[in-house]
Amino acid sequence: MPLTRRRFLELCGLSAAGLGISQLCIPEVLAALEKAATGNPPVIWIQGAGDDGCLVSLLNTAHPTIAEVLLKIISLQYNPTIMAASGKTAISHLDTVSEKEKGKFILVVEGAIPTKDNGLYCTIGQKDGKHITILETLKNLAPKAKAIIALGACAACGGVSAGKPNPTEAKSVKDVLGKDASVINIPGCPAHPDWLVGTLVHLLMYGPPQLDEQGRPKMFFSDTIHQNCPNYSYYIDNVFASKFGEKGCLIQLGCKGPVTNSDCPTRRWNSKVEWCIGAGAPCIGCCSIEFLDGLTPFFTALPEPLWPKKQNELA
Amino acid sequence: MANQKITIDPISRIEGHLGIEVEVDKGKVVDARTIATLFRGFEIILKDRDPRDAINITQRICGVCSADHALASACALENAFGVTIPDNARIIRNIVVGANYLHSHILHFYHLASLDYVTGPDTAPFIPRFKGDYKLPKNVNDTIVNHYLEALKIRVIPHEMRAIFVGKAPHHVGFVAGGVTQKPTVDKITAYLWRLKQVQEFINNVYVPDVMTIASAYGDYQKIGIGHKNLLAYGVFDLDSSGKNKFFKRGRYTGDKLLDLDAAKITEDVKYSWYEDKTSGKAPMDGLTEPSPQKTAGYSWAKAPRYENTPYEVGPLARMWINNDYRKGISVIDRHAARALEAQKVANALETWVSQLKPDGPVWTDCSVPQTGTGCGMVEAARGALGHWLKIKDSKIENYQCVVPSTWNTSPRDDKGVRGPIEEALIGTPVADADNPIEVVRVVRSFDPCLACAVHLIKPNGQIKNFRVV
Repeated sequence: MPLTRRRFLELCGLSAAGLGISQLCIPEVLAALEKAATGNPPVIWIQGAGDDGCLVSLLNTAHPTIAEVLLKIISLQYNPTIMAASGKTAISHLDTVSEKEKGKFILVVEGAIPTKDNGLYCTIGQKDGKHITILETLKNLAPKAKAIIALGACAACGGVSAGKPNPTEAKSVKDVLGKDASVINIPGCPAHPDWLVGTLVHLLMYGPPQLDEQGRPKMFFSDTIHQNCPNYSYYIDNVFASKFGEKGCLIQLGCKGPVTNSDCPTRRWNSKVEWCIGAGAPCIGCCSIEFLDGLTPFFTALPEPLWPKKQNELA
Repeated sequence: MANQKITIDPISRIEGHLGIEVEVDKGKVVDARTIATLFRGFEIILKDRDPRDAINITQRICGVCSADHALASACALENAFGVTIPDNARIIRNIVVGANYLHSHILHFYHLASLDYVTGPDTAPFIPRFKGDYKLPKNVNDTIVNHYLEALKIRVIPHEMRAIFVGKAPHHVGFVAGGVTQKPTVDKITAYLWRLKQVQEFINNVYVPDVMTIASAYGDYQKIGIGHKNLLAYGVFDLDSSGKNKFFKRGRYTGDKLLDLDAAKITEDVKYSWYEDKTSGKAPMDGLTEPSPQKTAGYSWAKAPRYENTPYEVGPLARMWINNDYRKGISVIDRHAARALEAQKVANALETWVSQLKPDGPVWTDCSVPQTGTGCGMVEAARGALGHWLKIKDSKIENYQCVVPSTWNTSPRDDKGVRGPIEEALIGTPVADADNPIEVVRVVRSFDPCLACAVHLIKPNGQIKNFRVV
């Protein structure tokens, strides 16, 4: 489809004008971006046995926007999904920056770590003809990091990647590094972008956040979903939905809100437009530290002994 | 003199883990291998579970196209349960999956592919980068970089559109066997429509023109990355409950002819894959996952899907071609162009479909898990033909097999030694600088590879090969 020169220039002008950016100041904009990003805290992000869902979720951050995160808050030195470089250029950069920023970089790990057969089931690149596993990469980078964030269910607790029978013997970051390792667990499938951005900002402004016994930031993972659910009054009044699309508490449809600690009901998802239970979908406990196998079958109701007691029953 | 061997591992700016090995002679690629380097074993993990859980578990195959897996899985379950979903549910599924196409295509062009053609600011993650023939004048280059940043904001919106109806994105619980979980309301329809308008403006005024700009400046790529020229689509977006009328038709294109597609003719070869040879040539419904990592002939965990023993490319280009919406050509540029034009076409259709919803109308057909059953769901993910096949025994999953679009596209050689689509498309690609093989990655990325399901098992003390790693 040949473009005439005239049409080509028209399109360029249209594109720039469409964003209200004068063509004259575009070089200055890029220079300003470069300046703003200089000196931001370095982040190295590695991906194991996962699906990139936590990265995609991060891209949905509303306030700050992802552009602000990448250009104003952190310097994302390595992330396979969005970084410009491939191959040896990328791997060399990973080696260089992890040495240069030793003790200063934040390590974000997305995905579980396969450990069977020395971790062959997940390799992240090649160096000198040899495949490099995520297992050895994690063990190499962890001691050099200022802080380690296990992002999402797979990294925090094995998640779907470690689902029975766990054919690759996939483990969480903490299970690989040992119980004395200092790891911030952000569960969720995927992790809500606010949980990662909030943890990063807390680290940079105030130091490590307060963690619970599972290593989760208490600021996000304290109450159960049930405790703050808008359907709570239905629960108390024994109004239970028995079919999808009916109003009422969703516990009979399999809802795992009572056993899942997360602020989903108040934080909500995707710029707060909705959340699972708000859309009539029973919680499948994807933010629970027991996800996956501790929460299945999804659509079988919790056994009655696990149903939270109501006030009149407590008396 | 031996051919020069170049390995690029990892390939960045794709979904998942992928390495590429090419052999170069006189400056052109003469052989290629696509190597996926992650195995999770979903088909093993799904066995013996409640079939209804499959809709949620299979979404975790991919965080970019999770809605598409939910659709395929739900269709397979309903096929096995013998149930028809209400119109409202059919439409909600279409507008959720359609919205996902918009996020996926915008993400792909700007945040995965564009840095092959434009240079961003000299700061992470835009550097380091391959050196190469970046052809755009500086002000045009920088305009597209600004669009990259604008696109970061825009692609958030289709995920909001998804969440309005099914709770959250990525990964939603709103699709269940029998339909969806919530009746549509007027305010949800309005919230979806208002956001769709913003995305449509960006697609029409920014995304499509940017693709035309790249197409014009990189005209040589209209003759690079051609491949076998076989295209295949299962079709998607049911327009009624018959399952026979789809917005994108089912079919094949090969030998310059448009032909029918019979699902029974799909098989998977494993001669060059790390599975037991005796499982080769089986249809997906009878497929088995019997790992054989010591098999010396194998170089990929991805099986080689074939239709009548022929490799086929899938994706937006295939869909648009088979639907007679795009017939300009098959190449790197044509894949980007068809993807952008498909985004435009789908966005326009979404406007019509969301207006067909009946507020407070039924969204779920009562159904329960049968003792036994078989089913298949054949749809289109953003990246191409996607199929889920399952067998139920004693009300549990006895066998579940997925053939995902990237299995078709990143397929290794089949039992006859015929290359997969990306491998074939790489043949003839010029390579100017072996340390910066930007031409090779441009071809690979035009397919929008999504590797989360394909697998490669590397032998512990890998064969010593004369590879150059870049």
